[in-house]
Amino acid sequence: MTTQAAVSASPVHAEHHETNYIAVFIYLSILTAVELGVYAMSLPQILRVGLLVALAWAKAVIVAMYFMHLAMEKRALWMIAMTPVVLVTFLCFMLLPDLTTRMWTHFDHKIKVPVSGEAVGPPAAQVPPGASGS
Amino acid sequence: MSEAAAIETHGHEAVQVDQLETSLTPDNSGKLGMWVFLAGDAMTFGAAIAAYGALRIGNPNWPSPAAYLGITTTAVMTFILICSSVTMVEALSGIQHGNMSKYKNFMALTVLGGVLFLGMQAFEWHHLLGEKGMSIKRDLFDATFFILTGFHGCHVFGGVVYNSVLFIRGATGKLTPARSGLVEIAGLYWHFVDLVWILIFTFIYLI
Repeated sequence: MTTQAAVSASPVHAEHHETNYIAVFIYLSILTAVELGVYAMSLPQILRVGLLVALAWAKAVIVAMYFMHLAMEKRALWMIAMTPVVLVTFLCFMLLPDLTTRMWTHFDHKIKVPVSGEAVGPPAAQVPPGASGS
Repeated sequence: MSEAAAIETHGHEAVQVDQLETSLTPDNSGKLGMWVFLAGDAMTFGAAIAAYGALRIGNPNWPSPAAYLGITTTAVMTFILICSSVTMVEALSGIQHGNMSKYKNFMALTVLGGVLFLGMQAFEWHHLLGEKGMSIKRDLFDATFFILTGFHGCHVFGGVVYNSVLFIRGATGKLTPARSGLVEIAGLYWHFVDLVWILIFTFIYLI
């Protein structure tokens, strides 16, 4: 019991306490206030979105680094923390072809679209109701 | 095979050779497990937010969030969650220094922060579903809103239960400073929930 208590008071843990959590809290509060300020201002849309996303990521990184102690952990733990970030970035790029080609829909007539009456697919599937009797 | 034999025969040297095999979190292996879980959970949130972004960008008739979502309540909720992250690190600091009364007080405040958040979210949803006429069935704006904030709210509820269990175990003397690692692991989860809310607050409410 005493040895375990001694372990928890080792320099490894003492290092964690060097973080000034009140300072981290103040930074997060200031960034939140700045975000609300940007929200209230009438800025060009691209600048507004860019600033809000940058501020949100700055806050997220501060939480991960200091509250979740990522700054004090082994560097290799970053690989686990970064995996979803990398994968979601890939996911966003995978969604881009769909989003960037939406405005092409009015060119659809260039693609061969089956005209009504033309045989498409299994021919027996669409028999006119009148023809079924003969 | 011969290397394995060498490791067994030369005890101390083997430790030197075996550096790559040491845990990423040598002081607390449970922390590694929580990080792996959080990476998976982050992927779920990331996929949901990416899907929301794709639906929103792809729809020119997407309503302005400001038309439905007030940010006064949610700005306070954001602040409460940041505060509860601070009380969580203070609770951890308390138990790591063997100060159980500090641990109990700050853990109680952390649980209170989570409960307040959930209460305000329930209040907000009640307002949106009632006066604003929103419904998960109405359109994609509503559906993505309720799914993302609802999934996050479930995480907050899970965190409140998790932290309550640790608070009760501390209050009844079952959790001792020797096992402060359990609090650190719960803290990782709780801060992650805070981190996700910071992103959801920006992507859903502000942008």
